[in-house]
Amino acid sequence: MKCLECDGDVKIPEDVLDGEIVSCIDCGTSYEIFRDKSGSVQIKPAKVEGEDWGE
Amino acid sequence: MKLSLVYEVVRWEEKAIHAAAKKKGIDIQMINIDTLSIDLEQGKLAQFGDIALQRCLSYFKSIHLTAVLESKGIQVVNPFRIASITGNKLYGTLALLKAGVPTPKTMISFTPETALSAIEDLGYPVVLKPTMGSWGRLVASLSDRDAASSVLEDREQMFPIYRVYYLQERVNRPPRDIRGIVIGDQLVAAIYRLSAPNDWKTNTARGGKPQLCPITKELEDICAKAAKAVGGDGLFGVDLMETPNGLVVHEVNNTTEFKNTVPTTGVDIPSLIIEYLQTQKK
Repeated sequence: MKCLECDGDVKIPEDVLDGEIVSCIDCGTSYEIFRDKSGSVQIKPAKVEGEDWGE
Repeated sequence: MKLSLVYEVVRWEEKAIHAAAKKKGIDIQMINIDTLSIDLEQGKLAQFGDIALQRCLSYFKSIHLTAVLESKGIQVVNPFRIASITGNKLYGTLALLKAGVPTPKTMISFTPETALSAIEDLGYPVVLKPTMGSWGRLVASLSDRDAASSVLEDREQMFPIYRVYYLQERVNRPPRDIRGIVIGDQLVAAIYRLSAPNDWKTNTARGGKPQLCPITKELEDICAKAAKAVGGDGLFGVDLMETPNGLVVHEVNNTTEFKNTVPTTGVDIPSLIIEYLQTQKK
């Protein structure tokens, strides 16, 4: 996949799960994995840390 | 028995639990909370199976979904009664105190003026924590009256939960604390979390470094007692500090992270979680 920011490579692991975070190896931008209606793996900008996120 | 794992973002932990289940030949349904829209009058929520492992990052989302699932007869780990206590530092402290678990001296105030008075009763330095939150977020060490007044003034401009002043003595401890992982009522692994350089906080999310912590009888007993205090029989991350007078528990975490604990201790926590879920009767 290509980074939406810098067009660098975003490597998708073979065992990737929906909701997993992946990063661009060039600029470090983080993306969240999702699947489109056809079931293909896609990326969207990762969520920003919420105030109630954690353990 | 059918299992599900509810998540919001797949961290190392969720992926490892999923892989552990797969390795054991167990089908665990992965459910992203952000894809859900639930009619509360709907009778059954079959996709969640019999037992749902609650692993959402957002505390507010997770506690609300847990309430819904339990109302539909689905067992949630951890259950609402535990999550509602461990999700709030004040409720957690009250439970620890009630059970006689050693915990740092804590005061609660509701205005900057009474908070300042409580801080001076505790004696500088004092730690101010939001009652809800994680990863050391907005936890402040107040070293003197000027610092305390400034931080309290800032808090007054924030969301109301931050205007509940949970104040704790800053314990005289080495530059580390302890994270114990409890499954059921058993301490299965423990690490020291060493403060990052130039930071007094030990949270590994903030750069704290993990180191193997030996499991002693004292550590086992206090972790089991702390887990029982907040409701018992679940999955917990117990945070402790070493003081000149022994161990104290400052927090019990509900959806504990363990990506640093597994490689540091060699304990296969994801597999132990799956085995624990399989022991749950349904």
